[in-house]
Amino acid sequence: MALELELISPFELAKDFALAVQEYTLLSAQSLANFFRRPLYMADMVQQADLIGFGSLPIVVLTGLSVGALLALNAASTLQRFGGITLIGQLVSIGMVTELGPLITGLMVAGRNASGMASELGSMIVTEQIDAMRALGTDPTKKLITPRIGATAFMLFFLTIIADLLGLIGGYAVAHLIFGLNSQQYWTSVWQILVFRDVFTGLVKPVLFGFIISTVGCYYGISTRGGTQGVGRSTTQAVVASSVLILIVDFFVTKLIFAFFGYR
Amino acid sequence: MSVPTLPIESPAASVAAPSQYAIEFDNVSIAFDEKVVLSGVSFHLHHGETKAIFGVAGSGKSTLLKLAIGLLPADSGRIDVLGDEVTAMSEEQLFELRRRVGIVFQESALFDSLKVFENVGFRLMEEHTPPDEIEHRVREVLRFVELERTYDMFPSELSGGMRRRVAIARAVITQPEVLLYDSPTGGLDPVTSNTIIELIMKQRDVYKTSALLVTHRLQDAFTMATHQFDPATNQMVALPKGQLCDVPMSFLILRDSKVIFDGDAHQLATSRDEYIREYIS
Repeated sequence: MALELELISPFELAKDFALAVQEYTLLSAQSLANFFRRPLYMADMVQQADLIGFGSLPIVVLTGLSVGALLALNAASTLQRFGGITLIGQLVSIGMVTELGPLITGLMVAGRNASGMASELGSMIVTEQIDAMRALGTDPTKKLITPRIGATAFMLFFLTIIADLLGLIGGYAVAHLIFGLNSQQYWTSVWQILVFRDVFTGLVKPVLFGFIISTVGCYYGISTRGGTQGVGRSTTQAVVASSVLILIVDFFVTKLIFAFFGYR
Repeated sequence: MSVPTLPIESPAASVAAPSQYAIEFDNVSIAFDEKVVLSGVSFHLHHGETKAIFGVAGSGKSTLLKLAIGLLPADSGRIDVLGDEVTAMSEEQLFELRRRVGIVFQESALFDSLKVFENVGFRLMEEHTPPDEIEHRVREVLRFVELERTYDMFPSELSGGMRRRVAIARAVITQPEVLLYDSPTGGLDPVTSNTIIELIMKQRDVYKTSALLVTHRLQDAFTMATHQFDPATNQMVALPKGQLCDVPMSFLILRDSKVIFDGDAHQLATSRDEYIREYIS
């Protein structure tokens, strides 16, 4: 069989992209509006919170500890040269709470759950289960998408707090066990350096990232076309798109908060 | 394909006035990208009538059913179902209408993460029916399809035929006014197909539900036209030659995105159209 390559014009690609952005925006807006409409599927939301939140806990614990420890390890060698090893707690604290905690947790949860949502909803599309749900008089955006958005945003908030804490513990382990830093010195500097802006930044981001992960995962899931191959494609696209969007949004949110609260 | 001899002498009588159609398609068209699937399709289904829809693969049979309950939007034309204009309704309004219509999908479309009783009782759960009543009604409808033993099983544990029967149970649990069957016997062996047809006949004769039956098995529709369900023996029985079942049965054939035949069994059997004669021979 001869391989046929179909060339798509840039105009068509731009049109498809604009259409996808429009559909994504509409789906996101509709899913958010569903929080204020009945019925609100609380049981489904709790079930999703369990799957997304508690299911992601092991990976968040591991990455949080590792990132905190690595941050301390890499920073310590530089700080030691300038005799500033006591500042290690400040560096780990600022790095984890404002940036790495939310970002790493977001990316980990995106890899695990955006793909899960896309494959689950994609399979339901190709086997006509979504059509069946609509035919049975139930709105799939209310029953399937809104609970996932609520659960992801809610649980990512707490997962990030856990990742931040474990990152600080990882940093402490390195600072204390390898560089011999006093415990009180470490934890005091960790605590003292943090200001409201840092905590606010670190807690706003996971809510936004949770929204991105769930809406992108669900969007690619319900846009699935082309059978099982299409499900695989949607899954990959969901992870790539949500990860890229998280990085982009992270940059702009950080910039915005700096602009609002001023630089340190 | 051999077709049973039709013991038909007169066409089925019309049972309802034009304003009382259960479903009415008026000049409906739909295309996917460049491909026209249905073009200017018009027909109606009387209350209590069963209409079998035929056509080769890709002729738009399943699309027609999805249009009927607004799962797909028509490009043009008007569709009325139970007095509501589907083509002018929002998705929110359609959810209300769909509660009065049951559909059995081609591949059953059971929710694979839910057990059989959750699948069958899905609509009742959504309506917040008390759990005791849900269990009672689910068991009752599972008895109707003779699958009560599957109550606690997952769809993946069922055979293809059992899944279709569970899908029928899910569709009929609220006793909808209209039922839409999308190739309910597709891909099944003849014995299982007969069981499914018997169930559809049972629903038709016991509850007098209006129905659109998409199929590519002509014998299924002819069996439905020439048999009737006997509640006493709980099985279908052949009607005496020349006698039609009490419920009107009609046939619709799609070809090249258009309706080329819409009539009763007598008219179908006596059609002079080359394509139709070849199709039913």
